[in-house]
Amino acid sequence: MLKFIKLLVVLIITVTSSQSILIAAEIHEPMRPYWSFEGPLGKFERASLQRGYQVYTEVCSGCHSMDLLSYRNLVQPGGPEFSEKQAKAMAAMFEVETGPDQDGEMFMRSAILSDKFVSPWENEQQARAANGGAYPPDLSVIVKARPNGADYIYSLLLGYKDAPEGTELDDGVYYNEYAKGMRIAMPQVLYEDGVEYTDGTAATEEQMAHDVTMFLTWSAEPKLEERKRMGFKVIIYLLILAFLFYFTNKSIWRDTH
Amino acid sequence: MSTDYKPQSAVAKWIDKRLPLITLFNGHLMQYPTPKNLNYWWTFGGILTFCLVTQIITGLVLAMHYIADADLAFSSVEHIMRDVNYGWLLRYIHANGASMFFIAVYIHMARSLFYGSYKEPRELIWIIGVFIFLLMIATAFMGYVLPWGQMSFWGATVITNLFSAIPVFGESITNWLWGGYSVGSPLLTRFFTLHYLLPFLIFGLVILHVWALHVPGNNNPEGIDVVQGSQDTVPFHPHYVVKDVFALLVFMIIFAGFVFFTPNLLGHTDNYIQANPLQTPEHIVPEWYFLPFYAILRAIPDKLGGVIMMVSAIAILAFLPWLDTSKVRSAKYRPLFKQFYWIFLANFLLLGYLGAQPAEGIYVIISRIATIYYFVHFIIILPVLGFVEKTKPLPKSISEPVLSEKERAAKAATATA
Repeated sequence: MLKFIKLLVVLIITVTSSQSILIAAEIHEPMRPYWSFEGPLGKFERASLQRGYQVYTEVCSGCHSMDLLSYRNLVQPGGPEFSEKQAKAMAAMFEVETGPDQDGEMFMRSAILSDKFVSPWENEQQARAANGGAYPPDLSVIVKARPNGADYIYSLLLGYKDAPEGTELDDGVYYNEYAKGMRIAMPQVLYEDGVEYTDGTAATEEQMAHDVTMFLTWSAEPKLEERKRMGFKVIIYLLILAFLFYFTNKSIWRDTH
Repeated sequence: MSTDYKPQSAVAKWIDKRLPLITLFNGHLMQYPTPKNLNYWWTFGGILTFCLVTQIITGLVLAMHYIADADLAFSSVEHIMRDVNYGWLLRYIHANGASMFFIAVYIHMARSLFYGSYKEPRELIWIIGVFIFLLMIATAFMGYVLPWGQMSFWGATVITNLFSAIPVFGESITNWLWGGYSVGSPLLTRFFTLHYLLPFLIFGLVILHVWALHVPGNNNPEGIDVVQGSQDTVPFHPHYVVKDVFALLVFMIIFAGFVFFTPNLLGHTDNYIQANPLQTPEHIVPEWYFLPFYAILRAIPDKLGGVIMMVSAIAILAFLPWLDTSKVRSAKYRPLFKQFYWIFLANFLLLGYLGAQPAEGIYVIISRIATIYYFVHFIIILPVLGFVEKTKPLPKSISEPVLSEKERAAKAATATA
């Protein structure tokens, strides 16, 4: 029994470490701030998610779409949990094309809860044309699409430094310690007081990076809280059942030699 | 299977007379005489059955919501994760279930190798098992393509391109597989169809696997035959039903640990980026359970040669009952084989590690040595060992070593007292 657990552990370590070695060789090791959603009972900070949405809409959404999210998600449990009234007002700030009407014409109307987040671009070509050929990726699952997830996004947002002497940067390329090859096509976007938080929190660079990363982690994994809560119950249930079966098994085998 | 079961109720009698299903289950799942000395390594057969059924059930529900189309597949998976009731749970069970399935099957096979369960009279059980393993590989590979992320797409590209190594007809065969001139929607839809079909073929083979097992009965850690009508066996129920359930629960706890607390650990982050035919990922890495075979594929400098070696690495397993010339089954009584067994296992894990590394420099050289050793183990070491190895004397029956161990313990107890 003990032996096969050992083997399993060795197996898992071999598999995971081999992948992390691969990643570590290419990318600057990111910062590891404290995240409330980590750990077996982790949860998002509600206020931080709400501020993160504000940072996304006011700063990121100028270039980055979030195609997989709808405004209704902002109300759902386990997310920013805005009130329905708030979310409706937030959606109404955007216009979506819809139709056709009775005359066969498309027309614009305010977005409603069931609409997807409005994309800043009509298509990829338009996005590239406006960004010097670079395509700002969709942010819906970005945290799961990058090694080191939230840590990486947080670090990247704060990783802009003056390029060291002798570093040549092409036009439209910026120096960032955590980007691959230390170069990135996205300029620094977070500056102190870049947004005015409605809840009065001081908008430092770190605060904004923290909040928007929290928001993006939720958007990538909207069922995280439910998952961890359920997992805790499932494991306790299985432990108790295993405990009972261990002793049942023992008693059944007692008389077999 | 002989059974002294007699149906009691009128309904049971009526059914059993026409189709003796109850008698069949009674014989195979209740009274089936099982060696009493099976250790926990023998619980993985039951665990694997659980894995297969779990994959089929979760997969069935996922298929109700998934769309096999290059433009829609990625977002349909996200739709499952976000909008389908407990869709996230089903998908994470299914994705991690594949990994757990392979962990279990590798342990199951390693157990067979150690205790010589593939030897006469159990050759067919083993060979059917090799076919199940082959189908599992095909199923898992096609399943990984379905979410249509970057790794899905490029993994499919690399593997389907292997067919182009076939002389003369290679290109035609590849285009036929793709249903076009590149990996796209036609390939995705046929992979989905096959991914749906193969598990049921596996299920059929599992029935044959168990049927073939129940003819000679289980091998056991001593590797000797049970003495008929002796104290060597116990009925399957409750002894092994309860023991298997306990082991399964421990397995499920680890499984749940992955599903609920680190569901993406075994996957690749690139697979959360939608497939893009114009952008090749830096490293195309298969799922962890394919890494040893991937290392063998890349160790050979020639494409066709690599494919042949990779296929042979699995095919050679089917000939194992005849490559291993020793009549003694269990490694417990084969001191030399036991050492080579652990070297083989370490070498296999090393191949797995190498499969995750870039194919360059020292890694290529080590991969080649490890690949050669993998085949040397089967083609040279195993056949020769049977002739040169001096095996330990076998116990007369299963009851003997068990009793003598007890006696030893009893003696030790009296000595200290």
